[in-house]
Amino acid sequence: MSQNFAFLDEHSKKEIRRKTLKAIAIPGYQVPFASRELPIARGWGTGGLQLTLSLIGQEDVLKVIDQGSDESVNAVNIRNLVQNTTSVKETIHTAEATLIQSRHRIPEVPLKPFQILVLQVPMPEPLRPVEPSERKTKLLHGDKEYSGAYIKLFEQIMRHGHITDDADYPVMVNGRYVMAPSPIPRFDNPKMHQNDGLILLGAGREKKIHAVPPYTDVESLAFEDYPFEVEDFSDKICRESGLTGVFMDELVDEETGETYYVTNDTSYMLEKLNEEDSVNA
Amino acid sequence: MHKTDDVVLSIKDLSKQFGNGCDYCKDDSAELQKNMCPHCNTVHAVKNVSFDLYEGEILGVVGESGSGKSTLMKMLYFDQEASTGTYVLPEDPNAEDNVFLVSSQRKRQIRNEQLGMVYQNPMLGLKMDFSSVTNIAEKLIASGNRNVGQMTDRADHFLNKVNIPLRRKYEAPKNFSGGMQQRVQIAKALSNYPPILLLDEVTTGLDLSVQADVLELIKEIQRDMGVSMIVVSHDLAIIRMLCDRTMVMLDGQVIEHGITDQILEDPQHEYTQQLVYSIL
Amino acid sequence: MGYVAVKGGAHAINNSVLLYKNRRLEEGIDIEVEKIKTNMRQLINQVMSEASFYDRDTAALAIKQAEGNMEEAVFLMRAHRSTLPRLYYSTITDTRDMFVERRISASFKDIPGGQILGASPDFTHRLLDDSLKELSEGPLEDISYKEVGYNYKLYKLPKVIDYLEKEGLFVRDEENNDEPDDITKKSIEFPSTRSQRLQALTRGQTGAVTSLGYAEIRGYGFTSHPNIGECRVGQQPVFVDIDDEYGEYFIGDFEMTEIDGFMPDVADDQTTADEDMLIKIGYGLVFGQNETKAIAMSVLDYSLEHPIDGVPTSDDEFIMFHIDSVESTGFISHLKLPHYVTFQSKLDRMRQGREDQK
Repeated sequence: MSQNFAFLDEHSKKEIRRKTLKAIAIPGYQVPFASRELPIARGWGTGGLQLTLSLIGQEDVLKVIDQGSDESVNAVNIRNLVQNTTSVKETIHTAEATLIQSRHRIPEVPLKPFQILVLQVPMPEPLRPVEPSERKTKLLHGDKEYSGAYIKLFEQIMRHGHITDDADYPVMVNGRYVMAPSPIPRFDNPKMHQNDGLILLGAGREKKIHAVPPYTDVESLAFEDYPFEVEDFSDKICRESGLTGVFMDELVDEETGETYYVTNDTSYMLEKLNEEDSVNA
Repeated sequence: MHKTDDVVLSIKDLSKQFGNGCDYCKDDSAELQKNMCPHCNTVHAVKNVSFDLYEGEILGVVGESGSGKSTLMKMLYFDQEASTGTYVLPEDPNAEDNVFLVSSQRKRQIRNEQLGMVYQNPMLGLKMDFSSVTNIAEKLIASGNRNVGQMTDRADHFLNKVNIPLRRKYEAPKNFSGGMQQRVQIAKALSNYPPILLLDEVTTGLDLSVQADVLELIKEIQRDMGVSMIVVSHDLAIIRMLCDRTMVMLDGQVIEHGITDQILEDPQHEYTQQLVYSIL
Repeated sequence: MGYVAVKGGAHAINNSVLLYKNRRLEEGIDIEVEKIKTNMRQLINQVMSEASFYDRDTAALAIKQAEGNMEEAVFLMRAHRSTLPRLYYSTITDTRDMFVERRISASFKDIPGGQILGASPDFTHRLLDDSLKELSEGPLEDISYKEVGYNYKLYKLPKVIDYLEKEGLFVRDEENNDEPDDITKKSIEFPSTRSQRLQALTRGQTGAVTSLGYAEIRGYGFTSHPNIGECRVGQQPVFVDIDDEYGEYFIGDFEMTEIDGFMPDVADDQTTADEDMLIKIGYGLVFGQNETKAIAMSVLDYSLEHPIDGVPTSDDEFIMFHIDSVESTGFISHLKLPHYVTFQSKLDRMRQGREDQK
């Protein structure tokens, strides 16, 4: 069957772009949109994909990442779909891309102005763990009533002596809306703050779009005496590349049974390894 | 007796109806079946209630179930919207003309900073699965405190005050007895040092000895902290023990009010007389 | 962690896709889409209903491609639907204009226009039929029809509620012919409207709608069970008006199942004593012959219209967020996707917890 450029019909794309503009205008606010069904399952990145499909043009250069890898199942799946319906140029290099769709990571290479990072969001509502009802959470956002988000963290401190929220750690955007940053590790939260690029977040199943425009304040929730902490890799060195200070995957050496660490952002690691090669040569 | 003549809470012509009302029952003097309009079935749960609460006093509201006293309380704490009426908190720095009309954000602020509420059902006032200390910190967090140490200190202070052993502070109220749950509610309600405390049938359903402990605690708090309180109860014995002044409600209206001793010694309204004689 | 090496993931994934596509043909017998269309009528009905996409040919193709997996077929249909611009709404449709093929009432022994049994599995014994192992051609048995006098037209059959309305036992709600709040074009905001609820229910996964409707009447919602006032199945003519000089266009007959369920009284604040003596209905309407789903839909329509505090099946968010096949299966299945970054983050927190305890 013949298909439109970038799969969706133009009416749908226009509606999604309009909602995206609204999201950019109100940083951190979840804008409801009529999420379309896509050839990729709900929960598999359809929110991010709808943003990508509605924004992409023939001039764009696309990078797709899943869990830090350009070759993980979800990334391959999504890249193939966008490729088959647009034939745009693709890349694995963050700096070359104009549009980056990612699941669960913000790349190690900082975004540049005019780059767009699209993040896939499973649960856009940061207050959902304390309030199941959508109509109530909407009121809470309206009143800027975020004690629920803090109570959850406070209770963790009472029970465990420290905050136990791992990934998808809630942030305050522009001093107004508490937002779920999508399940990126805490390591990536600070990258959202005063960032040069545009970050868009799409939740397909929950039908919400939210955004962090360039140069916006993004602050991870915390207490004065229990500050926000990122995952600690300070004493770890990447076994493949020798890199430090990056988010790493923990692996087990099948022969020795030893735990070792490898840079999670694989394209970044390749770039670094290639640089080294060319220096050595 | 209240300590000064300063009014801390003032209610004028407060009404709450369920239903749209009709020409017949819009007339204030219309005969109703108890509190229901015989023509349109509209329930007038609270009708034209006015009163002032003075600094440091305990005001009692007594009446049978369905008299409107709990609805009144829910409106004061913004759990339910008023149909008509004005509500002024003169001691509040903002002192709006009518806090029924302020934004919901501002109402939340008033709830957190000016008022404390203790419900008959602790499920309404507490997060039963969260630790007691977190429950007490909730109001502090809501009014902007972001210092864990400060908040746990405050929680410890009030848990002490309501006689809950600190070794149990990390336990969730769902593990506690009814009397202890009410104590946690009271500690929570007090956590922000609100000038006004609202107590809705707080001892109903508790054992007599536990009841006496909780009542003693309420008296003590009033003595030590000078908090103004409104106490709602169907039980005149409790009203007699706690309250300086009392209002008697029947079918949504205040039928008698005055100094508690006076009402008990010389009840004017027929209904009040029945109430008083039944406990003597 | 084995399934994402630094390179080579894409190659393995492409091979997995090929392996999946080849599976269907391993036995060496393919099937024509036309055969699915003509033989798997009830499956097609369910797929069209859950996909909210009325096209038997597309449904048959989706079923073939999905190897008969319902949710996969619905998913294919929905995804295809997203590529099609939606240009018109139908004009107002009255099911009294349906060409009736089956129509029964459980509430009356006889009704104006009669009980019309039509084709239904209701009266069969569920015994496996060995004769189906062989192919057969044409009708199995001739049906001997008996001539009876009949004063009604099958394309203008009155409804049972019309009769009750004349008696004064049923009062029609005020007609609301506003354009519906299209949930495929604008996301639902709560509290929901009735048109949003009816759309969500008719698109709902058959099993989910049936289970929740069952929970409602078994004791979690109203305590007595409803009566089916009327169940009608037939061909519903549908028209669009595109605002040209030619008036309305007939776009086709849609097979549909419609239910008027007579519901037990739920006392709520809105009803007065006089209204308590009237029959209340819950409404079900679905594509194709899908009677169980349509009945369950009518139960849920009513329970959402007349909510009882604390009953999950009266909670519009609870029902509407969870009955969609594409959404629920998508989210459940996404748990299979790699989550090693978030899991690494969790490990970090757990290790810190252990440090703290030391």
